[in-house]
Amino acid sequence: MSDNTNRYWKANLRLMFILLAIWFVVSFVFGILIVDYLDQFHLFGFKLGFWFSHQGSIFVFVALIFIYAWRMNRLDKQFGVDEE
Amino acid sequence: MSATVLTYLFVFLSFGLYIGIAIWSRSSSTNEFYVAGGHVHPVANGAATAADWMSAASFLSMAGIIAFEGADGARYLMGWTGGYVLLALCLAPYLRKFAKYTVPDFVGERYYSQVARFVAVVCVIFISFTYVAGQMRGVGLVFSRFLEVDINTGVIVGMAIVFFYAVMGGMKGITYTQVAQYCVLIFAYLVPAIYISLMLTNNPFPMFGFGSTMAGEETYMLDKLDGLTTELGMSAFTATNKTTIDMFFITAALMAGTAGLPHVIVRFFTVPKVRDARISAGYALVFIALLYTTAPAVAAFARINIINSVSEMSYSESPEWFTKWEESGLIAWLDKNKDGKIQYRGGSALSPTAPVYLSARGADGQRTVKNTATENDNELYIDRDIIVLAHPEIANLPNWVIALVAAGGLAAALSTAAGLLLVISTAISHDLMKRTFRPNISEKQELMYARISAAVAIGIAGLFGIYPPGFVAQVVAFAFGLAAASFFPVILLGIFSRRMNKEAAIAGMITGLTFTFAYIAYFKFVSPETNNADHWWFGVSPEGIGTLGMILNFAVSFVVMNITPPPPEEVQQMVENIRVPR
Repeated sequence: MSDNTNRYWKANLRLMFILLAIWFVVSFVFGILIVDYLDQFHLFGFKLGFWFSHQGSIFVFVALIFIYAWRMNRLDKQFGVDEE
Repeated sequence: MSATVLTYLFVFLSFGLYIGIAIWSRSSSTNEFYVAGGHVHPVANGAATAADWMSAASFLSMAGIIAFEGADGARYLMGWTGGYVLLALCLAPYLRKFAKYTVPDFVGERYYSQVARFVAVVCVIFISFTYVAGQMRGVGLVFSRFLEVDINTGVIVGMAIVFFYAVMGGMKGITYTQVAQYCVLIFAYLVPAIYISLMLTNNPFPMFGFGSTMAGEETYMLDKLDGLTTELGMSAFTATNKTTIDMFFITAALMAGTAGLPHVIVRFFTVPKVRDARISAGYALVFIALLYTTAPAVAAFARINIINSVSEMSYSESPEWFTKWEESGLIAWLDKNKDGKIQYRGGSALSPTAPVYLSARGADGQRTVKNTATENDNELYIDRDIIVLAHPEIANLPNWVIALVAAGGLAAALSTAAGLLLVISTAISHDLMKRTFRPNISEKQELMYARISAAVAIGIAGLFGIYPPGFVAQVVAFAFGLAAASFFPVILLGIFSRRMNKEAAIAGMITGLTFTFAYIAYFKFVSPETNNADHWWFGVSPEGIGTLGMILNFAVSFVVMNITPPPPEEVQQMVENIRVPR
């Protein structure tokens, strides 16, 4: 593997792990592990834990994929490995 | 116009649309048949993926499950959407770069092994048929209830439509019909939801409506619902009942299973570029999220509407939908205290839970059941699958909305069935015939095999619909558990570990599969009476055991790959190659 692609791959992994950490926190931590604790707080008419497990996590998932696509397209260009 | 006439009209129009698209987008090469020529626009692919993914279960059953289980239903909401994050970040772009036709293709090439390819083909066929059986039941349900035809006729009509566009059009035909089907199904899901949201909360956005106050009151809707359910001796709607560990494992299995389902993965082979695969997963999730963030709202609305419309109502005055669904065998009322009124309370009314009807009528004209009465005060059995279909009637919406929902349910079931059937047919024509048994066939012959196997697969799926095996509902857990325990680790390691070799892949897949299969089979078939938390390992139900199977698969793979020789140089080159878009 050339030095350039090696650094590209490392940057990719870094981005991926950060986004996956957020993915894990909003769904497994907020929506399952500490859902009962969060339920004592409210967001409009929702209990907070209930909201995360029923809707909040899904909104975050959508955002994560778009952020990933946007950042990766930038990385591709930066390292000269894009498809253009 | 009556609801039945309107339903015929809507179903007829939507079917006409699908057939029109099929004629316009015929496939003439294997490349078009397998991956739509590889030039589907990412937004179109997103919509097609959403329709492919959202099945009769998402459209018809999910809101019903949440309506009755409340907070625990979140495992489906998170599990079936969170998988797309894994798919977009860890699998889709690399599989697109690999640029082959099927999932067994990736497994076979990456692990330079026909054995691995064969194991993958068996998994694909098993998972996909399990799934298809459920779709055909959905088609039959809609036809029999709304068009008042025999279930079998309904299934045959559905088969004929799928036959037409899947056999002629292959992936190309399926993709564009799925785009149309997505439009039909999301419209059909949102219209009644918006209507009901406006009626109950004055909020035109159902996904936010169920976090608003009730129309004309100061109370928040969910607080009101929690109050109603508690008052009736049921578990409060927003309270969690499943154990944390079980919720965790089930959600993880559904996520990894989603990312490993072959009919979803293959959709990302159809876009032109790696960057399209990334963004396309995002569009797919936006389209899916529209329905998935609405589903819990529909569930909460339905629960409130049901309680308000039947609780303490005398049977003789019960609404029309109630007796209609009772005739369809999906509602049962057992007058335990002989007061002629419907007591809707906590716990299941009947033992065993599902009603077995007798031919005699009760004192108030209700259908009587063979089941014995349970100790609690609840007198009402409602099948969860009817919530989405019955809700417009429960809320007294106009007939055209009821008709629309029927067309939407059919679109959801047919689009998923077509995607699954295509995956089955390509696994047979491409992986079994072309790549294993008959490598010398021409492209024309391969295309012929693809069409024939699609036709045969449709026939078998139809038989599942007409003679539904009693265990269909039981084996759905298999599809996700097996995908999570087999494909997900194998594909993930195939991309992220250069050291991953064929010995590890085969050992890992077989361990994950055998373990998951054995655990589910034991609790579902061998010893169903012990299927409860006291006997489950670590308190994990069969629904969530795929996660443990996946962990085992990873563990075995790590050990085996470190004590066996690394993969050949050209395979390691291939892994490096798929990591870079260019």
